[in-house]
This record gives sequence, structure tokens and C-alpha cells, in this order.
Amino acid sequence: MIEVDEIDRKILRALVRDASKSSRSIGEELGLSQPAVWRRIKRLKDNGAIVGRRLRLDREKLGLGVMVFLGVKLAAKGRVSLEDFERAVTAIPEVVSVEHVLGLYDYRLKVVARDIPDFERVLRRRIMTLPGAGQVEANVLLSEEYRYGPL
Amino acid sequence: MLDDVDRRILRQFQAAPDVSIAELAERCSLTTASCWRRLEKLESSGVILGQEVVVDWQALGFAVEVSLRITLDKTQTTAFDEFLAKARTVPEVLEIQTFLGRVDVRLLVIARDMTHYQEVYRSRILSLPHIADIEALMHVARIKSHEALPV
Repeated sequence: MIEVDEIDRKILRALVRDASKSSRSIGEELGLSQPAVWRRIKRLKDNGAIVGRRLRLDREKLGLGVMVFLGVKLAAKGRVSLEDFERAVTAIPEVVSVEHVLGLYDYRLKVVARDIPDFERVLRRRIMTLPGAGQVEANVLLSEEYRYGPL
Repeated sequence: MLDDVDRRILRQFQAAPDVSIAELAERCSLTTASCWRRLEKLESSGVILGQEVVVDWQALGFAVEVSLRITLDKTQTTAFDEFLAKARTVPEVLEIQTFLGRVDVRLLVIARDMTHYQEVYRSRILSLPHIADIEALMHVARIKSHEALPV
């Protein structure tokens, strides 16, 4: 685990909002020199607190009007290997995230589609046919917000 | 509307948000100037909303990640608004989604360890208003987390 202080947290907070922000302008806001901010960002990257960048795109403007969260239960545990399921589900482009979970379901998937008929196609042709896929629960996303967490 | 070149840029850019515009242009077989112009247009039209750094909460000492699937008591017309307003004040809540389906709201909660989770759950989550039912899914592993949209 990495020790971060209040200044690191402020830098992270700024970069989570806007990754393209220069270390100079972050420095100006925090009253630090540009090299000092740069060194801290480098440290946060080197020790794995910052794992990368992500592009934020407007899903609807890309014609992907529907996002659905799926809970998937494997039908026959032990008989299908988790690796087979994971490999197959990861290869589906409409599945943007896959998490292995404990509880009511085995996997949590986020699926994007153009519209509901398109989602039905993805669900029937690609999700239901996955090796070992059993019960599936779908919840259609209405709104979503990301918080900055305990930074 | 987006054309094939725009989509090519978005695909390459999503796959490698760290690259320079010159490098991105090369990957898309474009000149730097035309790639830059198209990026400007994608930003001004709001297709590209921005960039964010991805924080590894585990590296920052938050080892526990739980997805709470919540059903609200919808006999109260203000249930959603009041619940969401209160949920936003909990610092350990990273994501808030609302759904059409069996689940009304999902909260993604992080905690340092199980003791800390228990504390957050009891004192902050259970005191949120209008909860009818809660199911928890505990995250074990991220299998696919890039969240790149199929453009």
C-alpha cells in the first residue's frame, strides 16, 4: 500500500477530473512549483496509484443509447472452467467491463448497445451462448454518476 | 455525424490515451494537422468529453470493493431524490447508478478492509433513507476493465 499525503490527494483529485491538466496549472492551484508536482505525479505513477488514462466519450453521441448491467450466474460450476467463460466474454466488443464477484451472481457485466433491439441481439446471440452461462439478470441503466471517492 | 476516420481516431485514442497527437496521427494514417483538426471537432461537438486518470484504489489501501444493489420503497414519491442526495454525501461511495429493472439503485462502495466496510455499511449505508432491500456483490477480480466503447 502506498502512503499518500493531502497534496497527493489534491493532485489525484485534479487529474481524475481532467487528466490533460498540466503539472504547471495544478502547481499554480496548489501553490507548488511545476517540477514538484511533476515529481509527485511520477511517484504516483511509478508506485501504481495512477494506472493509466481513460478517454471520456459521450456514449449517446456515438449512437450507443443503451447500457445494461448484467448479473450472470454460471450454470454448472466446476464443469466449465472460469477461464473459458472469461476468455469468451472478454472478446465481446459490446461488453465493456467484466468483474468476477461473490454473492448472488458470479459475474457482473456492463454491456452497451445502440438500442433495446440491438441489446436483445447481443444478449441472445453472444451472452446466452457463452460457455457455462446460466441465469442472467438485466438492469437497464437510467442514470450514472461517478464520485471522486475518499480523495 | 461521425465518419470512418473519426471512428478510427476514437478507436486508437481509446486504446492508447497516453500517446501524443503526432503518434496518434501515425497510428490512424493521418497527418498530424488533420488528426488535430478532427480531435478539435470531436471535442467541440462533445463526443470527447475529456480525459481522466484511472486510480487504483487497492494501491491506495482500499482493498474491499462492494457493489450494493438497492431496492427503494417507492410508495414515497420523493424516495429516489432523497436517497440519492444522501448517498452523495458518503465519501466511500464511488459510483451511483439508477436502473430500470429489478434493482433501483446501485452503489459502488470501497473500504480499507472488512472492519472498515462493516463500519461504513452500518453507520453510513443503512442509515440512507427509503431502503427496502439491499443485496451485496463483493468484487473478487476485474477481468475486463478498460471500458472502451465499440465505436
